Amino acid sequence: MSSTQNLTLVQAVRDGLKSEMQRDDDVLVMGEDVGKNGGVFRATEGLYDEFGEDRVIDTPLAESGIVGTAIGMAAYGLKPVPEIQFSGFMYPAFDQIISHAARMRTRSRGRFTCPLVVRAPYGGGIRAPEHHSESKEAFYAHEAGLKVVIPSTPYDTKGLLAASIRDPDPVIFLEPKLIYRAFREEVPDDDYTVELGEAAVRREGSDISLFTWGAMTRPSIQAAESVAEDGIDVEVIDLRTLKPMDTDAILESFEKTGRAVVVHEAPKTGGLAGEITATIQEEALLYQEAPVNRVTGFDVPYPLYALEDYYMPEDTRIEDAIRETYEF
Amino acid sequence: MSTLQRDPDDRVRVLDEDGRVVDGAEVPDLSDEELVEMYRQMRLARHFDQRAVSLQRQGRMGTYPPLSGQEAAQVGSAAAMDDDDWMFPSYREHGAAYVRGVDLAQTLRYWMGDERGNALEGLNIFPVAVPIATQILHATGAAWASNLKDGDDRNAFLCYFGDGATSEGDFHEGLNFAGVFDAPAVFFCNNNQWAISVPRERQTASETLAQKADAYGFEGVQVDGMDPLAVYQVTREAIEKAKAADPDGLRPTLIEAVQYRFGAHTTADDPSVYRDEEEVEKWKAKDPIPRLESYLRNTGVLDDEGVDAVTQSVEDEVAEAITEAESFERPEATDMFDYVFEERTERLEEQRAHLQRLRERHGDEELLE
Repeated sequence: MSSTQNLTLVQAVRDGLKSEMQRDDDVLVMGEDVGKNGGVFRATEGLYDEFGEDRVIDTPLAESGIVGTAIGMAAYGLKPVPEIQFSGFMYPAFDQIISHAARMRTRSRGRFTCPLVVRAPYGGGIRAPEHHSESKEAFYAHEAGLKVVIPSTPYDTKGLLAASIRDPDPVIFLEPKLIYRAFREEVPDDDYTVELGEAAVRREGSDISLFTWGAMTRPSIQAAESVAEDGIDVEVIDLRTLKPMDTDAILESFEKTGRAVVVHEAPKTGGLAGEITATIQEEALLYQEAPVNRVTGFDVPYPLYALEDYYMPEDTRIEDAIRETYEF
Repeated sequence: MSTLQRDPDDRVRVLDEDGRVVDGAEVPDLSDEELVEMYRQMRLARHFDQRAVSLQRQGRMGTYPPLSGQEAAQVGSAAAMDDDDWMFPSYREHGAAYVRGVDLAQTLRYWMGDERGNALEGLNIFPVAVPIATQILHATGAAWASNLKDGDDRNAFLCYFGDGATSEGDFHEGLNFAGVFDAPAVFFCNNNQWAISVPRERQTASETLAQKADAYGFEGVQVDGMDPLAVYQVTREAIEKAKAADPDGLRPTLIEAVQYRFGAHTTADDPSVYRDEEEVEKWKAKDPIPRLESYLRNTGVLDDEGVDAVTQSVEDEVAEAITEAESFERPEATDMFDYVFEERTERLEEQRAHLQRLRERHGDEELLE
């Protein structure tokens, strides 16, 4: 039996990078403060010493430069894993991600590809300054040619990161920094993958299907446990990959329960809860017994932290939505 | 002294406007055959350009960005590259692409709206980049990757962009990264004086674009971009330096090739709105094609018969390319689903099947009406 380590989510990021770099010499890490400093969240700690400055590269402070040069590297045969220090600082690189990483395969008819993984911590709840708390997964999921992955456990983090690095197409890998160090889990030392595009059932249930991802998975499970005391049996599904989305898992669960709650931190309008709701409408209307209930952030600029707890969905709000949906 | 070490506002020239060798200039070491081929390629680029504009006017092709006036910069620079070197074009480098082996029919096919025109298997050329300056980062990244992967066998990576691109952030980031990581890159700025309707003076208060290289720690050089021999010479030196750096200097070079776009920005643009015919005429006196022709005639390399042969050859080649491009069948309707990812996702399969059902139900004729 292979050995394991008890790791936090951010340690699993580091472990995932390390195993993939050991496995494939073409994999390299680049970004601001990722080298000697080991990353502002320590996600690349120790990698510089192990792999050297040509594979763990401190770059100039320039997000478009980081992603744009990574595209050139990827097309030339390397597998760069650029880190953007916070997802709120990805916008200078947005043009490169959308106009080039996502389109290079189509534009070149498969000759040039962008097997790169753009990693960025995302999401709220950490009492951070402005621009450090947003959830913008819908931007990236909307773009053809991109895959979007959000882990919620240390085990999945290592496996999904490995699958993303080995994937032949560009992946936006958003890490829920709220739970970077929230809990530990046994993570195998050996490398392994968790397939992209496959959701995980975190709690089986028969009354309501709750779809969520990232840092919202834990309060969703808490809410499910709480309503279970009143006999409401909630199935909690962690989507893990938002693009391509595991619609089979969504529909399979919904056809069993006929009721759904979707939970995400991102604002409601244009958020992926709308996509999930529409999929249910299109594919499973006749199973539906209640409106799909969206528990999301508000359509406001993410508030500074004095008001952040009102913005972020948490277990009480989720519990309310579950009860509403159950009682409809 | 290398021409790359000249003062940036000391413009490198080999031929004057009448095709005579400028005092003190060194003519690059090219054989008669190579010189005639360079002349032929410039003539071909000009003729192709005129025919392409005409195709657009006749409704046989979509929007097209013309290159007339810029042949020396394109042909001279592309001719200076070694076989394995990489080229990163913007969207106007049809002449440079031809020199690097791209079929004219492929170029036409792309501008006729068929993505297959971008399939350049076997050629070290990146596909056309439409967003301004964005390709500079790809060139820097690939060049940097060559440092990491290829060791002493590294290639040179030449990237084209215009004067307007030097105002973009990606220009700064691309050149800055290239300097920091000593990437074997050649940044070739086609300064054609106009970014659509905005003149070069409105892009920057810098006296030259070449001097911007100073800030990145490597050499910048300004060259007469309507002098093919000067462009060749400067680019050749930059390519050689990129591959075998001087221990005291950095590999990258910024070349500002000063030139003029005789025509419109694209076929959708009307330059008479923003510039005087007088200015255009002034620049037409610098036309690179008669300059090189005069030089070749004066040196006995080319005579009337040779010029006529070139005329015939470029007319035939372009006519053939147009016939070929217009004979291509439209791509299969489902082609658009095939290169989104390596494998089609379930959703792409569903959407592809939906399109097929629509076609079966209504027929292509009705759907495309």
